[in-house]
Amino acid sequence: MSLRLVLLCLLAVFAAPVAAQDRLPPAPYAYQQLKDPAQEAKAKALMETLRCLVCQGQSIADSDAPLAGDMRHEVRSKIAAGESPAKIKAWLVARYGNWVSYDPPFDGATALLWLGPLLFLALGGWLAFGRFRRGESDEEEGAA
Amino acid sequence: MKNRWVLFVPLAIMGLLFGAFVYRLVTPAETLIQSQWIDKPMPLFDLPPATAGVQGLKSSQLADGRPRLVNVFASWCIPCRAEAPQLEALKAAGVPIDGIAIRDRPDDVAMFLREYGNPFDRIGSDMQSSVQIALGSSGVPETFLIDGKGIIREQIQGVILADQVPGIIAKLEAMK
Repeated sequence: MSLRLVLLCLLAVFAAPVAAQDRLPPAPYAYQQLKDPAQEAKAKALMETLRCLVCQGQSIADSDAPLAGDMRHEVRSKIAAGESPAKIKAWLVARYGNWVSYDPPFDGATALLWLGPLLFLALGGWLAFGRFRRGESDEEEGAA
Repeated sequence: MKNRWVLFVPLAIMGLLFGAFVYRLVTPAETLIQSQWIDKPMPLFDLPPATAGVQGLKSSQLADGRPRLVNVFASWCIPCRAEAPQLEALKAAGVPIDGIAIRDRPDDVAMFLREYGNPFDRIGSDMQSSVQIALGSSGVPETFLIDGKGIIREQIQGVILADQVPGIIAKLEAMK
């Protein structure tokens, strides 16, 4: 019984995990900063606004997914080659849509988000105005 | 008195909101990110062979007049194994298929081809997913339908199922 248990534990130790991910080392710039601190700062700022396609709640700066590592490599390589962050972002948005960005532009899909507060403020103002007016006219009626 | 029902409006709104939240909790939003790089030319690339005995893949080779499939796969991708018979069926029907192996090692690719067959005319090795990113692809397996001019016409995300095979053949036929 105990021998079996020991054997089982040994087997567990030597069992090869099912390969669900690749066995390649990460791309050079996945976990390595650029030498120029100014360039690295630019790359880091951009990476924090880009969304990981695999673990979708994280930015590519935060994610350990291999594809996020490759995207960091892509971003850092392009920054090192002198491309502007705006151009790199546009390049990625052309491929993955605004979904890939945590800073989507003002358009049909985001209009309600931006204009919603104004809309609700206007609605509240209108309601309050109506109530004040009614209050006033009630008083007048009472006085009359 | 006639305004009594108005008092229930906030409750009704809260109820609707609550219902919407519960609905989204129970059925999460679609998380498949589709490529926007459709009806656009293949991005330029020149990938080395993914393993010994196969040809590498150049983007210029994808505009030879014959509509084709480009299959983005990996030996470490378990669903790709389930897709192999469908790729074989497409190949048997005369569909040219090229492969792009993502983050893969030559030995692993060779083993994958031995075990699950090789329906590919050429297999390029994309070690740092750079071509995958340039295609707007977000995972493996994915398959792109390319027309004879090298324009990407459609992206299929996930495993090609057996009942999709005739449709794919018909679509490629229509591009001729």
